[in-house]
Amino acid sequence: MCVAVPAKIVSISGEEAMVDFGGLFRTISLLFTPEAQVEDYVIVHAGYAISLLTEEEALETISLLDKLEQK
Amino acid sequence: MNLMAKYKDPSLFRYIIKNMSDLSVQPLTFMEFCGTHTQAIFKHSIRKLLPKNIKMLSGPGCPVCVTDQKEIDHSIALSHLQGVIIATFGDFLKVPGSDGSNLQKARAQGADIRVVYSPLDAIQIAQKNKEKKVIFLGIGFETTAPIVAASILKAVKENISNYYVFSMHKLTPPATKAILNLGEIKLDGILGPGHVSTIIGSLAWEFLPSIYNMPFAISGFEAIDILKGLESLLKQCIDKKPQVINTYSRSVKPEGNTRAINTMFEVFYEDVAHWRGLGAIPNSGLSIKSSYREFDAKHQFDIEIPDSKVLYSYGCQCHEVIRGLIEPPECRYYKNICTPDNPLGACMVSSEGACSAYYLYSYE
Ligand code: SF4
Repeated sequence: MCVAVPAKIVSISGEEAMVDFGGLFRTISLLFTPEAQVEDYVIVHAGYAISLLTEEEALETISLLDKLEQK
Repeated sequence: MNLMAKYKDPSLFRYIIKNMSDLSVQPLTFMEFCGTHTQAIFKHSIRKLLPKNIKMLSGPGCPVCVTDQKEIDHSIALSHLQGVIIATFGDFLKVPGSDGSNLQKARAQGADIRVVYSPLDAIQIAQKNKEKKVIFLGIGFETTAPIVAASILKAVKENISNYYVFSMHKLTPPATKAILNLGEIKLDGILGPGHVSTIIGSLAWEFLPSIYNMPFAISGFEAIDILKGLESLLKQCIDKKPQVINTYSRSVKPEGNTRAINTMFEVFYEDVAHWRGLGAIPNSGLSIKSSYREFDAKHQFDIEIPDSKVLYSYGCQCHEVIRGLIEPPECRYYKNICTPDNPLGACMVSSEGACSAYYLYSYE
């Protein structure tokens, strides 16, 4: 029930945004993440973005993973 | 940039598991609270791949599974009212009522029941069917409740007077406390729910290490995320330093999503809730405030539901599965009578239920 998936914002119109779930497009609400911009990744649950994925954090996790991999 | 591809890399997966095997010492039991984690853990065979001395249990984090029998009966009774359309998430359709009925059967008998992806869809149904009363069945935890609250605020703003919510929403920290207070199972750490925590924040869990001395690691839902969470629990156990570790910081902030929290508490207040398996827990549910009473299906539709005569119908042992007391194959109905096509209990209905996860990914 708490399934929520990342999607990329394609366009914004007022409180609503068109997002791309890897090829599937849908209109969602940005009520809870008004700071989100086009090109940002958001986590979407039941038609609402519940968080704005911070790219630095995501990249930081990935670079940690990369370091692990090189060990 | 493919941000997510790295999180699915099998070589990393194996690397973390090897790391954990090198670290492991005494036998440890970890519980994942969240049903979405349960599903992911089975899907990625994580239970099978973990070092032998780490045991996983599924907790009470499947909203359909923990919904009280009386609330299920109430939902089905609402669907039979004249002039009503029920809007619900699909998971709820097959949950058995205490007389063996369910919403799917009610639909076959003529009830108008629509499966929706979002309460916003329910609002649209209300706008298109002004002569009908549209009742949204509000189940779910903190991840979902702000969205349902937002739907009520939208109904206010747009003057929609035929939209109602039957709130069965539940809060996760009180249920976690209840499981620990029961003391029936010995846990060495809890894998924290990533999306609930996205809303309520990592700080909301500080009571676990500070009061219960319980290691806690918030994790995301990719295989690598889950393993990183479990690895953190393992390290906390070895170091004997229980903490709240946030391994899903790309989505979870210490304070959570304050806008979502404020929206939730604009409409709802904390109230006693009844949980299957755990009983009544104070301040563990969300009821609609009196200022929004006109949208509250509990007040607007006069239905009296008797307490279920048979508390645990059909001998289903969901209430024990939810508390981590038994594993699904220990139930005598598992797989022979009870299957996802013909579920006897809620834990087999929802894809997030432990019984369903065992069955679908043939874990035995
Ligand atoms: S297998 Fe079916 S009957 Fe047994 S506990 Fe699970 S849901 Fe209930």
